[in-house]
Amino acid sequence: MEVFVVSLLNGLVYGMLLFMLASGLTLILSMMGVLNFAHASAYMLGAYFAYTISVYIGFWPALVIAPLLCGLIGAAIEMFGLRRVHRNGHIAELLFTFGLALLIEKGVQMTWGLLPVPYRVPELLDFPLFKIYGTQFPAYRAFMLVISALMFGAIWLGLTRTRIGLVIQAALTHPDMASALGHNVPRIFTLVFAAGTALAGLAGVIGGNYQVTEPAMAFTMGPIVFVVVVFGGLGSLAGCFIASILMGLIQTFAVVFDVSLADLLAKFGYTVTSSTPFAEVLNVTLPRVGALLPFLMLVLILVFRPRGLMGTRDT
Amino acid sequence: MTLLRRHWPSYLPWLLAFVILLAIPFLFYDWGKGRHSGFVLTLMSEIGVMAIFALSYNMLMGQAGLLSFGHAVLLGMGAYCAAHVVLLVKAGTIWLPTELVPLAGGLGGLFFGFVFGWLVTKQRATAFAMITMGLGELVSSAALMFMGFFGGEGGISIDRVMDTSLVGVKYTSPWQVYCLLLVWAFIAAVLMKLQTQTPLGSIANATRDNFERAQFVGYDPRMVRLYQFALSGFFAGIGGGLYVLIYEIVTFDTVSAGKSANALLAVYIGGAGGFFGPILGTIVVVLLQSGVSLLSNAWLLYVGILFIVMVMYAPGGLIGLLFMHMPIWRAGRMRELLLPYARAFPPALIVLLGFVLLVELASFTTIGAAQGKKFSIGGHLIDTTAPLPWVIALAALVLGALWLRREARGFRERWDAVTEAIKLKGAMS
Repeated sequence: MEVFVVSLLNGLVYGMLLFMLASGLTLILSMMGVLNFAHASAYMLGAYFAYTISVYIGFWPALVIAPLLCGLIGAAIEMFGLRRVHRNGHIAELLFTFGLALLIEKGVQMTWGLLPVPYRVPELLDFPLFKIYGTQFPAYRAFMLVISALMFGAIWLGLTRTRIGLVIQAALTHPDMASALGHNVPRIFTLVFAAGTALAGLAGVIGGNYQVTEPAMAFTMGPIVFVVVVFGGLGSLAGCFIASILMGLIQTFAVVFDVSLADLLAKFGYTVTSSTPFAEVLNVTLPRVGALLPFLMLVLILVFRPRGLMGTRDT
Repeated sequence: MTLLRRHWPSYLPWLLAFVILLAIPFLFYDWGKGRHSGFVLTLMSEIGVMAIFALSYNMLMGQAGLLSFGHAVLLGMGAYCAAHVVLLVKAGTIWLPTELVPLAGGLGGLFFGFVFGWLVTKQRATAFAMITMGLGELVSSAALMFMGFFGGEGGISIDRVMDTSLVGVKYTSPWQVYCLLLVWAFIAAVLMKLQTQTPLGSIANATRDNFERAQFVGYDPRMVRLYQFALSGFFAGIGGGLYVLIYEIVTFDTVSAGKSANALLAVYIGGAGGFFGPILGTIVVVLLQSGVSLLSNAWLLYVGILFIVMVMYAPGGLIGLLFMHMPIWRAGRMRELLLPYARAFPPALIVLLGFVLLVELASFTTIGAAQGKKFSIGGHLIDTTAPLPWVIALAALVLGALWLRREARGFRERWDAVTEAIKLKGAMS
């Protein structure tokens, strides 16, 4: 039971972090069909910016400045890069962001070095908030939950209550119609792209010291965010939210339960020995499969249900 | 025989290339010690394997318009299959000449190409890119998980000296392996070239260019993609088999996303449109990788920049840029472009040097310092923390860029004038 509650909380924290990344990517992918490989790079940049800023000024200014910087970079990428390659089609846009992701990784390596940087939780939040069944729950994780919940609320309000949000919603499902009605869809896209990158940057600021701030963090996070976006479905933020939380829970719970298929079979009175066919597959424990699960999900969803959980159209 | 005679002229360049490639290592032959340069042979072998890999990748990307992020899976599975076959031959379970090990890799690649292809070819365009990425991540995490087939982190080591050669060679020296590689590389390249002329190759082009119309004509695009994917797996697998013979080890690195990215970068830099584009791209990428990384760790940055420049300004790649000169060359007016090219050259060189200096300065201050390396040019030690080198690099970059922009405008005018004149002449005659 205690393992369950603690994992539930941790899974929720991780899921909200994923949502912060995936929400921007879903908007970008659904509106313009750009599969943005550099999205997780913005997450990494956010973490590194926050590290540098927190060394000189402090963590709290970094919480605002780093996402803004990421947003500016995102706007620049969209205006000077993506628009140029747009006329060569979606594949060219995808390749452009892919190249960009490579460059950002290398750039980060050359600026901050190959090793992880000591980006730590601010002292103000570095205490256990409460004890649950003898396990401490750090205050920083609660802080992450609060930030991501606030952000979720802001996105929801922005999309449903403001004029520009309504246009974004329209452009999400019917981009051609929205532009035919006289809305400046390219400008809206720049805005969404910048906002999405800023959100990814924010996720980096609060996720960088929760996980490890290292040059490989973009390439480990990137594919998982893609899985979340595909799983949630194109054009659906609600689906994206559910998928994020689900993915967070799956990944957390997979680490906790140390069981394998062989254990399951043993319950039914069938012992797996080394001579059993596929013994190796049956003996793999769940924590080791955990890293593999998201990608298995990605392949299966794209094969059997390309529109994802709540998508409005096929990926 | 009649077939051969009729096509004789088109076979000639292949033969010539084969002889040249066979001769290149002798340029670096150490006559004093009586042996080949190990570095050159390793480099050429690497180019050979990666060129086959890139060509097989282009069967998807160039021919069928399928962007894959997991192509290394096919290379790696071929390599693992070949490694297991070698182990079986060593154990005496089966008999297979050393020369046919790449074929075993190819068949492995074909099998896995068919199995994985059945899954991934359900999708096309962006969804295909995502599903191949998922597959790539899946296989590379599985490679670390299952010891039996993949050998975990250590991979599977083999010994290529098997005493089962058809021509009585033991393959103890890199030179012998290089010869074998060259033969296989040419077989694979010729077959891939011929494949572009088969009905399947043409229909793959059709589904790339007009997906719906190809469907209307009565072809199932899914099956076209599947066959193309499986065949591409066959050739990637041959590359994998050669990889095993050269390095005598196969690790999870061969199925990793990085390897897949290498193929993508090589194909796009070289150009997906022409058949020889991927080979050109591979040569550029491998030379940058091996040549530049001796000095710094930044080769991927240079390759990445080259890639982005290609995506933004020259989607046809290097081969596309070459092809653009063809009409001018045929009209015999290349001479008129010489001066503009000569004028654009110095600023381009300055920009390049400034950029390289900047990158190297940055990488030596952070990565190099951590590894205890010192930055020196021609014996002069350079202090990377002093402002002067940075100022020089930045100034070269900025001023060179401004100058290059001016020259580029003049170049463009000249280029437009020449092509316009050729077009007019063509229309009149």
